[in-house]
Amino acid sequence: MSARDQSGIVRRGGIGQRLQRATLFALLGLFCLYYLAPLVVMISTSLKSLDEIRGGSLVSLPQEITFAAWGKAWNEACVGVRCNGLEPYVWNSVMMVVPAVFVSTFLGAINGYALTKWRFRGADIIFALILFGAFIPFQVILLPMARTLGLMGLAGTIPGLILVHTVYGLAFTTLFFRNFFIGVSDGIVQAAKVDGAGFFGIFFRIILPMSIPAIVVTVIWQFTQIWNDFLFGIAFTVGESNPVTVALNNVVMTSTGVKEYNVDMAAAIIAALPTLLVYVVAGAYFVRGLAAGAVKG
Amino acid sequence: MSGIRLDKVCKNFGATEVIKGIDLEIEPGEFVVLVGPSGCGKSTLLNLIAGLETLTSGNIFIGDRKVNEVPPRDRDIAMVFQSYALYPTKTVRENITFGMETRRIPRDVQDAAVKEFATLLQIDKLLARKPGQLSGGQRQRVAMGRALVRKPDVFLFDEPLSNLDAKLRIEMRTEIKKLHQRLGKTSVYVTHDQIEAMTLATRIAVMDLGHIRQFADPATVYEDPADLFVAGFMGSPPMNMIPGKLVREDGMHVDCGGNGGTPMRFPLPDAIARRVADQEGMDVVLGLRPETIFAAGTELPGPNRYIFERPVVVEEPTGPDTMIVFEIAGLDLIARVRPQDGKPQGTPFRFEVEMDRAKLFDAKTGLRL
Repeated sequence: MSARDQSGIVRRGGIGQRLQRATLFALLGLFCLYYLAPLVVMISTSLKSLDEIRGGSLVSLPQEITFAAWGKAWNEACVGVRCNGLEPYVWNSVMMVVPAVFVSTFLGAINGYALTKWRFRGADIIFALILFGAFIPFQVILLPMARTLGLMGLAGTIPGLILVHTVYGLAFTTLFFRNFFIGVSDGIVQAAKVDGAGFFGIFFRIILPMSIPAIVVTVIWQFTQIWNDFLFGIAFTVGESNPVTVALNNVVMTSTGVKEYNVDMAAAIIAALPTLLVYVVAGAYFVRGLAAGAVKG
Repeated sequence: MSGIRLDKVCKNFGATEVIKGIDLEIEPGEFVVLVGPSGCGKSTLLNLIAGLETLTSGNIFIGDRKVNEVPPRDRDIAMVFQSYALYPTKTVRENITFGMETRRIPRDVQDAAVKEFATLLQIDKLLARKPGQLSGGQRQRVAMGRALVRKPDVFLFDEPLSNLDAKLRIEMRTEIKKLHQRLGKTSVYVTHDQIEAMTLATRIAVMDLGHIRQFADPATVYEDPADLFVAGFMGSPPMNMIPGKLVREDGMHVDCGGNGGTPMRFPLPDAIARRVADQEGMDVVLGLRPETIFAAGTELPGPNRYIFERPVVVEEPTGPDTMIVFEIAGLDLIARVRPQDGKPQGTPFRFEVEMDRAKLFDAKTGLRL
């Protein structure tokens, strides 16, 4: 499935056309700068020393590159009253994200499979209800969820946060997989039934291996959503169990005398790095997955 | 080997009745083709036999066993699907052995079976490939292999050739017939292509709107259709249907109305005339197959011929035959003549009709008279 090569298509020539293209690229370049500027500033600031930040301007590049701020952000910066950096909170986030992404993706896949390939009475209503979850503003469920977690004895813990993210991820993961499986020929499932496989046999041996693109898209989506979540993190965890987003906020907010912009910037980049990495590694799949089914491949 | 018996089978989807009480008895070893226009319920009927749909009422027997409640895997059937429905992530070999794998058949038995049928279907060199790397014809063969390899009691085919190009379709048709002759398994085959039905079937069930209109061997369905629907569906180009009235004048005739002054009156042969002797004035439809209308004097003379002259409206050479389209009472009719008898548009043409092979239908009920 490669983009069609368009270099051979005949285009009108002439000065007007060339001018138009020049304007186009100038505009594109301008927007690139506009979008990249914050990232550039963040990276360059994080590599400067405090003296240089105080002396220079915001957009100037670092004279002497130093990774001291990164080291400090990682294991010395003060998060509230504890001063051992972001590291423990990054691990909190990892321990939360991995199971939450895995479970919500897996359950979404089973939901989508059951809703499309084992049609039952009321399947559409159930799907509509699940989809409803995608449109509920998260603020609305904060209090009821806090109460539920309290009753379950999971308040303020990472497992509690995993549960919340899994439940609220289901709406999206089910939607992704349902829309993917609806394009999978029913004949394949029927053939597998005749071949003697059951509900889970067909799911694990036929359907799941076919859904790699859907899995990748869902994992990226869920990973990004859950890793970047701040609201649930700050509402349902306390102190030591905070995810990195909450810790980042605390790093920036905790100032002891001088504001260390370089450490703040490094911390922010550290917190954002995993999602960037996931997108760079699997981004091609993401775009392909979202476009899949738009045209016959 | 088992036959299949359907007993007052009904299937509703919500409020829509798709199958409206079908009785059908398929003998062991028979090759039965279910044929009909799209939406007639033929695929649904096949899915009911396969167990991929649940009966609304009635009974289905495979052999002596009532299978109403038996899931597909336990019916000892194999099915070939229109879309091939190959497992895209599995190799050809894994596709073929999946059914044996789920039944935990020992590896050496599997290997022997794969070897036997892969050679038979000429896919032995493709076993390591994925379906995506195969051509349409090869996928079709793999789908056949997957069905054959388990040596089931009954084969079900759901329009297996309709995704192939014309040439390949004819090749595979012959192949399927050969396979049936060799294996002799009870088979049910769904198609909308009446030529496939004619060539493959030992018996054809012509379906329309959830009913079976006629269930008989191909020659009977073609030469002795039960009603207008069957007569019109089987045959290509289709049978000419000329509405008219029964009149008595030197024996019975079908009067097809004035035709630029000269009334067209087709004389009915005695066999039909006797059956409708007291029905004078009745509205009827006269069915004439294109091959029973030819250029006057080009066939050996026979009894009950009717000769008339009409101008050629369109001449369509197909190679072995030439189709001549002409008009009677505003209707386009087709005659199948020898290529050398073809004449250009507008020229008058003398047609000769073999009235012994004409069919007569009641215009109201559509039933054969």
